[in-house]
Amino acid sequence: MKIGVPKENFPGEKRVATTPDVVPQLIKLGFEVMVESEAGHAAKFSDAAYRDAGADVVNDVWGADIILKVRAPSDAEISRLGSGQTLISFLWPAQNPELLEHLKDRGVTCMAMDSVPRISRAQKVDALSSMANIAGYRAVVEAAQHFGRFFTGQITAAGKVPPAKVLVIGAGVAGLSAIGSAKGMGAIVRAFDTRPEVKEQVESMDAEFLMLDFEDEDGSGEGGYAKVMSKEFIEAEMALFAEQAREVDIIITTALIPGKPAPELVTAEMVASMKDGSVIVDLAAEQGGNCALSRPNEVVQEHGVTIIGYTDMPSRLASQASQLFATNMRHLLSDLTPEKDGQIVVDMEDEVIRGTTVTHQGEITWPPPAPKLSAAPPKAQEAAPPMPEPEQAPSVWGPILTLAIGGLALLGLGAVAPPSFMAHFTVFVLACFVGYMVIWNVTPALHTPLMSVTNAISSIIIIGALLQISSANETIKWIAGVTVLITAVNIAGGFAVTRRMLEMFRK
Amino acid sequence: MSQGIITVCYIAATILFILALGGLSNQETARRGNVYGMVGMAIALLATIFGVVTANYEILIGALVIGGTIGLILARRVQMTQMPELVAILHSLVGAAAVMVGFASFMDPEMKFEGVEKIIHEIEIYIGVLIGAVTFSGSVIAFGKLSGRIGGRPLMLPGRHWFNLGLLLAAIWFGREFVIQAETGGGMEPLIIMTVIALVFGIHMVMAIGGADMPVVVSMLNSYSGWAASATGFMLSNDLLIVTGALVGSSGAILSYIMCRAMNRKFLAVIAGGFGTGGGASAGGGGEEQGEVVPLDAGEVAVALQDAREVMIIPGYGMAVAQAQHVVQEITRTLREKGVNVRFGIHPVAGRMPGHMNVLLAEAHVPYDIVFEMEEINEDFPDVDVSVVIGANDIVNPSAQEEPDSPIAGMPVLECWKGKLTVVLKRSMATGYAGVQNPLFFKDNTRMLFGDAKDTLDQVLHSLN
Repeated sequence: MKIGVPKENFPGEKRVATTPDVVPQLIKLGFEVMVESEAGHAAKFSDAAYRDAGADVVNDVWGADIILKVRAPSDAEISRLGSGQTLISFLWPAQNPELLEHLKDRGVTCMAMDSVPRISRAQKVDALSSMANIAGYRAVVEAAQHFGRFFTGQITAAGKVPPAKVLVIGAGVAGLSAIGSAKGMGAIVRAFDTRPEVKEQVESMDAEFLMLDFEDEDGSGEGGYAKVMSKEFIEAEMALFAEQAREVDIIITTALIPGKPAPELVTAEMVASMKDGSVIVDLAAEQGGNCALSRPNEVVQEHGVTIIGYTDMPSRLASQASQLFATNMRHLLSDLTPEKDGQIVVDMEDEVIRGTTVTHQGEITWPPPAPKLSAAPPKAQEAAPPMPEPEQAPSVWGPILTLAIGGLALLGLGAVAPPSFMAHFTVFVLACFVGYMVIWNVTPALHTPLMSVTNAISSIIIIGALLQISSANETIKWIAGVTVLITAVNIAGGFAVTRRMLEMFRK
Repeated sequence: MSQGIITVCYIAATILFILALGGLSNQETARRGNVYGMVGMAIALLATIFGVVTANYEILIGALVIGGTIGLILARRVQMTQMPELVAILHSLVGAAAVMVGFASFMDPEMKFEGVEKIIHEIEIYIGVLIGAVTFSGSVIAFGKLSGRIGGRPLMLPGRHWFNLGLLLAAIWFGREFVIQAETGGGMEPLIIMTVIALVFGIHMVMAIGGADMPVVVSMLNSYSGWAASATGFMLSNDLLIVTGALVGSSGAILSYIMCRAMNRKFLAVIAGGFGTGGGASAGGGGEEQGEVVPLDAGEVAVALQDAREVMIIPGYGMAVAQAQHVVQEITRTLREKGVNVRFGIHPVAGRMPGHMNVLLAEAHVPYDIVFEMEEINEDFPDVDVSVVIGANDIVNPSAQEEPDSPIAGMPVLECWKGKLTVVLKRSMATGYAGVQNPLFFKDNTRMLFGDAKDTLDQVLHSLN
């Protein structure tokens, strides 16, 4: 089958749906790849690079069997699609029901990259996460651009530079990425989220998790996303933000609830209370904004605070975004072509493919049935409170008893045994201690050579056979002979193999 | 040669043996240590041959030459992956020698003792033969298990503890009979019966031990072979044997202790039987669906390795089975040339005998200064970009720390899941020896690379170049 990758014509969109790195992998799956001339231009991928990777660079790709796009198609593009074709791109079916109708009417099979179910297996296809990651990073870069100071604190000859304080609201993929980037630049980072389970993730990135002093209300909704909180909770939350707003220099908001307008978390008063020169980056601007004063796609100045409302953050990092998006698509395509023969099979039994497919065979198949498995494990049953383990005081009597019994046994032995035996016994006990002291120094890496060399040494038992071999008794003579034979095997084998092993240990 | 000179030679040999063991404390002095051992053995042999042996030189020389040749051939031919088997079979020879020396000593008419000394001598013979026989049959079974001739699963006879106890009591009772009968010149019968009992006991003991406990068994048999030599020394009133046997015996005992500690198991529990016998409440619970695993292909692993700064390789018995150590070394070399810091993390019980992995890596010429013990590197995992687990399972199982009722709870494990990415090479999703499901495979930052370790690593190497 042929894959066609058109040039994105949405104003300002710089991404492209496949990259020269990914093209060979698509060809490996059995596809032919056509790329529209200059499709990758804005993302810094030249036509020549695509050609070198094995793609055809053509002027019109809309005849291909599969169309890979980033943005949802425009009306003009829809009119070029027809029955039997497959379209894979961001579609936002919830927001664009009529787009879905059009596509259905034209008999196009559509897969929405934004509708990939959130299960572990589908992570490699999850384009929302990869784009959110970029958005989080870019949010910090944009904030740094408009912020008049360093992020990191320094003591210089020209005076002290205080570190910037960054508040990240919403610790999803974008939020965590923003936390990491801001932390990496040296800022003091705090984060807030309504879902308590992300606390650990935030803290693992060395940021401070702001706890709300509120009886526990879990903000985790279905599929690992957040849900709408109660009124009391929101009031407590707003009080926290108001307090933080006076203190921090940069606020990055990423709070979204699926299928709802973005919650307003930073009010006009909070903006007014912030220090002059502060920056707010509102990553939810497209869905109405977390900040009351942000405007989509614009940078505005209010009360001395710069409010950034860009909605195209991933596109501002077009090369990287294209690369990740193309890889997500490639994973989806490899799931779609189990035989690797370039023929896609839309298997509606497969949970990932089922969830992603929004129109198929003239039907709208969105929304899909609820996913079977959530990304977060279902809440474990409240673990029974750990039984208070009785602290076992190490009994003093155990060792004393052992010592006493051992001592008595030795005394008993000494009472009956002849002096010659006791002399040997002394040697034996001392040798055990020498062995104990010596062996603890052996490095664990040499335990195998230790075993083979001790094995060779323990063949000293040959001495016993040597003492007997001169016996006049035929049986004893031959038994001793055999003993010498097998211990000789052991001596030669043990030392030789140890030598061989030790020769191999090299720096 | 006078007795005095012989004794001096024996003292020299003893000192050289101690130096030999001391030399193994690090890699630089280890080779010298081995030479000390050989010199010590040569001195002891020569002193005995020239000082004590008076006749039958032809048998002696013949046996030495033939035996020595066989030993050298064995040592040269053996594959490093077969080291545990070789060590096991060599242990069995020491055990057999102790049995034979014991019998010969019992039959030897020149050994004349009176009163208490006679009884002590007979008890010494009895104990020497007993330990020797257990060592012999146990080592033979261990050899069979290690070389795959006998299945690795623990043999669980019903009432096996009673069986063992019965054997012990029988051995003691026959010991009494032996001493009584020996007073009147008999005693051969109880000695033979006891030998059979000891052989059965050795077989049964090792049969009941599972594959994962093999390192303990091998070091335990190592210890027994030492005690057997020591008991023989008592029997023959020979201090050299007593000292050497005690050195070897305590060495093996310490190794067993280290191995047990590395598995958080009691020595007695290991000897009493394989994993999964006691408790095991969550063994079934852990087996349920825990999420999905994410497979990768070799090319993606190569990319991940190339992009990493810190790579940790965790080898297990699977690497030995697949003979993948040379490919691992090639990958290590390639990555280090590209500036990736590759290190190895070795769990004490990885493989089938103590230090097994170190020997395999040394064979493949992995420099030993990048091979680390678990305790040295377990703290470093948060900084590791990619951990590669090759054919290991239980030693990287987080449930040892997270599930208090897991059969392996409390066992120290390599905490690779704390790194950024873990790639697990595995043939299938089967569980490890402990029969416990491994939650590591289902973690978000774990990827699986299925297939024979050698084949997949070959592909990784190919993609790296």
